[in-house]
Amino acid sequence: MFDWTIIGAGVSGSLIAHALAKYELKLLILEAESDVACGATKANSALIHAGYDAPFDSLRGKLNVRGNALYGPLSESLHFAFDRIGSLVLGEGDDDFKAIERLYENGVKLGVPGLRIIDQATLQKLEPNINTAFEFALYAPSAGITEPWEVAIAACEYAIDNGTKLMLNYPVADIAVNEGHFLINSEIETRGIINCTGIKADSIYQLVKGDTAIDFKIIQRRGEYFLLDKEARGIVNQILFTCPSSKGKGSIIAPTAHGNIIIGPNSEVVTKEATSTTFEGLHEVKTKVLNMVPSCPLHMNIANFSGIRAEPSTGDFIIEETDIPRFINVAGIKSPGLSAAPAIAETVLAIVKDIHLRAINDLKPKTDTINKRRPRIHLIHQTEAVQAQLIAQNPTFGHIICRCEQITEGEIIDAIHRNCGATTINGVKRRVRPGGGRCQGGFCAPKVLEILARETNRPRDEIEQEKKGSWLVKSKKSF
Amino acid sequence: METIIYDVVVIGGGPAGMAAAQKAASDPSLRVLIIERDHYLGGILNQCIHPGFGLKIFNETLTGPEYAERFIQFVHEAKVDCLLDTMVLAINSNNALTAINSDEGRMTIKFGALILAMGCRERSRGSVIIPGTRPSGVFTAGTAQFYVNIKGDKIGERVFVLGSGDIGLIMARRMTLEGAKVLGVAEIMPHSSGLTRNVVQCLEDFDIPLYLSHTVVAIRGTKRLEGVTLAKVDSAYRPIVGTEREIDCDTLLLSVGLIPENELTRVAGIEMCDKTKGPIIDNRMQTQRSGIFACGNVAQVHDLVDYVTEESQIAGYNAALFAKGKTKSTVAGIVVTVTPDFSMVSPQRLSFIGCDGTQLDSANIMLRVSHPAKSGVVVISAEANRLVTKRYNHLTPGESIHLALPLERIPATCQAIQIRLEVSI
Repeated sequence: MFDWTIIGAGVSGSLIAHALAKYELKLLILEAESDVACGATKANSALIHAGYDAPFDSLRGKLNVRGNALYGPLSESLHFAFDRIGSLVLGEGDDDFKAIERLYENGVKLGVPGLRIIDQATLQKLEPNINTAFEFALYAPSAGITEPWEVAIAACEYAIDNGTKLMLNYPVADIAVNEGHFLINSEIETRGIINCTGIKADSIYQLVKGDTAIDFKIIQRRGEYFLLDKEARGIVNQILFTCPSSKGKGSIIAPTAHGNIIIGPNSEVVTKEATSTTFEGLHEVKTKVLNMVPSCPLHMNIANFSGIRAEPSTGDFIIEETDIPRFINVAGIKSPGLSAAPAIAETVLAIVKDIHLRAINDLKPKTDTINKRRPRIHLIHQTEAVQAQLIAQNPTFGHIICRCEQITEGEIIDAIHRNCGATTINGVKRRVRPGGGRCQGGFCAPKVLEILARETNRPRDEIEQEKKGSWLVKSKKSF
Repeated sequence: METIIYDVVVIGGGPAGMAAAQKAASDPSLRVLIIERDHYLGGILNQCIHPGFGLKIFNETLTGPEYAERFIQFVHEAKVDCLLDTMVLAINSNNALTAINSDEGRMTIKFGALILAMGCRERSRGSVIIPGTRPSGVFTAGTAQFYVNIKGDKIGERVFVLGSGDIGLIMARRMTLEGAKVLGVAEIMPHSSGLTRNVVQCLEDFDIPLYLSHTVVAIRGTKRLEGVTLAKVDSAYRPIVGTEREIDCDTLLLSVGLIPENELTRVAGIEMCDKTKGPIIDNRMQTQRSGIFACGNVAQVHDLVDYVTEESQIAGYNAALFAKGKTKSTVAGIVVTVTPDFSMVSPQRLSFIGCDGTQLDSANIMLRVSHPAKSGVVVISAEANRLVTKRYNHLTPGESIHLALPLERIPATCQAIQIRLEVSI
């Protein structure tokens, strides 16, 4: 019997696991996909918003500002990339100025630090490549960039290091509500459930509500993106937003934590073929970014992708224990979900503490938690002495597999063998980046496949790219 | 950190690197080193198991591995040293480079002359922007060729190919011979970008349809590829609404162009050519950095390996002269330009003087046309003087043109050479 089962290992579920793993609890994470962070967490703008955007009286607004503040200490303790590079909302004309003033006032009420409106001269100095038509901007120094999947991977790794169980490729199809506990898929007993299933949050909630109608629906909102080669680095220095009042919703161009440039998203409600990109969508993104940065080198594109934001019909995050005791919904985590995630985890921990006080027993902190989560090793960024030492200890650190990102075999092996380790080609790519560079895995994917097969003791034809069923090669006799 | 010293260092052990190293090492007083990132020499030739290599160099047709094997023998006979599984990280400013491998860790290698022969890589889905989902089963043609020919894997049963580059054409045939059904090859241009002989021998002989002025506008499937949408394009290469057709396939091969792999070159600050995407080179295969040479697909993408070998021998010859210090050869100054009828020219600079200080009598010029022409006259001129005129039939972008330019015809004061195409109607 588990005390709590977290369904969904996106950034919210993972950070909740990280928070709960510090207490005397038997925890389980169930993930339908082949890796953690495979839903909205792997495909978004990768930004930690400052928090002036969502209304000051909303949960989104409060948790965004709090989440942003938590990212600093969290990134240090879990060793993931996080850099407060600041953001600018660009504007021109009276309407934009009014909109930016509203954002400023909203942000001040929420306590966003350092917010200020800057003039054209300052703006041009900060971002020399932007359209000269922009006259002013809202500057938010606390906005940052991170690697969203790395946040989730690090949090899960910590949780597993501290006794949490993670089950991948485990979709939840049935939840029975029994006296004092739940029974998932007729085989997993748990006293409590935390529903962090993103776009599936309404259908998972429906499983426990039976025929009773539920009070929210999740709308799938898709955003499409361009990702540019590292050679485009420097085209912008901070996160640039268009002003939300001018021509629809805002779009961004920003550096990523690894030095690429990310551009997007558009915004479209979708039903099926959800995570595809489209000619129209990409064209829209392209038009918007060229208006922001006319010299944007879109020919340096290395990948396009789209992500789905789980938009709640209620408009705000839904983070609460439901009328089914010990079933907690963490639903409708649309933007700024990533930014708010550490605060979402904090909120859920408070709810869990409350439930334990009320109904079960006091939540006791563990006395023996360990934080052995190490930063990822990137040999080429180490000092020469450290490189020499690493290679002497383990010669696979001298063998470069990914030539674009200069990733060594040792780094890939490390990413496979950690807790919450990679099991797929894309899982390796998310953790240590072979295939994340300009050749997009043309040379290294076959080598990564080889290493995965060897290190996980599986035949080559069982190594998949991402989802279950995304096979790459078959041995001739099995065809 | 260990420091190693060689007269000539070659980065890359493919056809270019091997030919250059062999030539440089033909002077037994010189120590020559090849640094190869893979664990064998030969480069991409190893996975090109089809015939058609060597007609110019060996006067017979060989497979890729056979062609590679001959040069592997040559470099061994010439006592060229090889560092395998070794990656060059940076070219430093003081005639040295930094490399890394499992046995030695980081090392510094000093050179008298350096030859860049890193080859090229394939353009990926991102560089052509194909909308749709991101399932498995979308391979660049060369990656697919590696799985099939080196690893002996089967990669799919129903295959579509986007792009009519040579590797795409070769792989259309290869997949057919492997028992897969190849449903067609789409080419966005109104003409193939591969060799004519490959269109005939790889597609026509196997009844594989070639859809010119077509492209893939969508990719379907969330796990493995389930299908692609093919559409006709207009003269501006935009898909024409209403011409879409669905093709059910589990494999899409991309043969949408090759890019010289010049990360090291760029970081070293060596001046690049916009058209070839390689370093600017002269008729001695020297870059704009004295003592650093470039040859093969790192300088410009070639259609035939025999041409790679020829120019790499020139690079090796001159690098050896430079390393021997016969002269500190200066950077070439005469600029070679082409009209838009040509997509590229190599070399982009000319020097009258060889790396040993002697007068050169002739320079090899390589050109590619931007569009097909039934016939045309290539005219090389210096200001008003026509230096060379040569007529060609059946010009196509997929096949390079090679001609010799007698240097003594160029006036001594000349600063620039122009090359244009006169198309006869």
